[in-house]
Amino acid sequence: MSLVPGGRVIEPGSALKFETGDWRSFRPILDREACIDCMTCWIYCPDDSVIVNDGKFCDFRMTHCKGCGICAKVCPKKAITMVLE
Amino acid sequence: MEHKDIAINGDSAIAMAWKQINPDVCAAYPITPQTIIVERFSDYVADGEVSTEFVCTESEHSALTLCIASAAAGARTVTATASVGLGYMWEMLGIASGLRMPLTMAVSNRTLSAPINIHCDHGDAMASRDAGWLMIFAENVQEAYDNAIIALRIAEHKDVQLPMMTCLDGFILTHAIERMTPIDTHDVKEFVGEYKPVYPLLDLKNPVTYGVMDSPDFFYEHRYQMKMAMDAALDVTEKVFKDFAKMTGRKYSLVEEYKCDDADYVAVCLGSTFGTMKATVDILRKEGKKVGVMMPRLYRPLPSKDIAKAVKGKKGVAVMDKFMTLGGYSPLYEDVVASAVCLDKMPEMYSYVYGLGGRDARVDVLKTVFTDMIDKKAKKVNYLGVKL
Repeated sequence: MSLVPGGRVIEPGSALKFETGDWRSFRPILDREACIDCMTCWIYCPDDSVIVNDGKFCDFRMTHCKGCGICAKVCPKKAITMVLE
Repeated sequence: MEHKDIAINGDSAIAMAWKQINPDVCAAYPITPQTIIVERFSDYVADGEVSTEFVCTESEHSALTLCIASAAAGARTVTATASVGLGYMWEMLGIASGLRMPLTMAVSNRTLSAPINIHCDHGDAMASRDAGWLMIFAENVQEAYDNAIIALRIAEHKDVQLPMMTCLDGFILTHAIERMTPIDTHDVKEFVGEYKPVYPLLDLKNPVTYGVMDSPDFFYEHRYQMKMAMDAALDVTEKVFKDFAKMTGRKYSLVEEYKCDDADYVAVCLGSTFGTMKATVDILRKEGKKVGVMMPRLYRPLPSKDIAKAVKGKKGVAVMDKFMTLGGYSPLYEDVVASAVCLDKMPEMYSYVYGLGGRDARVDVLKTVFTDMIDKKAKKVNYLGVKL
């Protein structure tokens, strides 16, 4: 096994390759009708789990979403609901 | 270059070594009997004799934390502490070694409280012996100074990359003035060389992350890499000792032996006691007693094979701990016994606890270590000079 001593990570952005969404209890569901693409969920997501394109909400990145529910809490239109996995 | 001998105490000698090295960063908090080191060194900083960034922190925990951060950034870093100061650093000791930070720290050995006592024993160092730090002990002021220079080369070696403690006995060496031969500053700088950090945080072209969560899949392996680094440190230390001898003529070994070759009975000790024990051996030799003494100069990693070789064939071995493990055997005794297990015939092994909290260990008391073994009076565990 080739390991960098000291547990250092010497490759930038490697968190993208390390999937962490498998221990989620709740998943976010978007009501597309209610969403106004304000990007509040994108700003507040502590990971990288709100995919945005051209200023529009696209999807949740479920390989990294831990189901914390912050996006649902901050959504001004209550367009996101958390459902049990 | 020829250098005149000087009269200097152990703490000032370490500050002098640091002045000659001119490290990038020093962060420290004062504690007796280490205080003189950082006091003298802060004079050098204030007087512009070094370009070191000197940081007065609010505690030893913060001092070592800052040192770890600066070493991670890529700076050659030194610090010093003693006693409960080292105890207060304990959490960060494992982080320094686990993150593979090759910083060096002078430890002016003082006992741990309570009852509070500022004097010398090895309680502080022994409580930290499993923290993943390399450890080297000094017999006298000259060695304390030499070790402060030698340590950088061992800790920073690419195959080692671990932090190193250079231990010197509190007061006995830190405050007592001895004769010492300093090394020319140019030679010191050449010996330690330019610092080349491994994966420094400030290498902006090659971003690195330190301190990430390590899963059960990798933690064991990272610890095993530290074990391999400790193994490598034995060879590296011997090579560095050879280079040092070329520069200064002062020859050091992993295990120093004094009149052990033909000895029937030997003692094993650490630190300044080695000097007093040499005088004790000389007196007993004049009386025709075949005795010797040895000191594992490098204590971590333990030069186990060299210890086994040195005690092989002896009738009795007294292992002297300036520390008392409560409810178990004392550390140097355990180390020497475990080292000797590989021998076909184990010598008789005796544990001698002595010198706690600065209790003087003089020749008349130390003589009994040998005479007890010779007269078959030695017990398995002995408490030298205790009055209870």
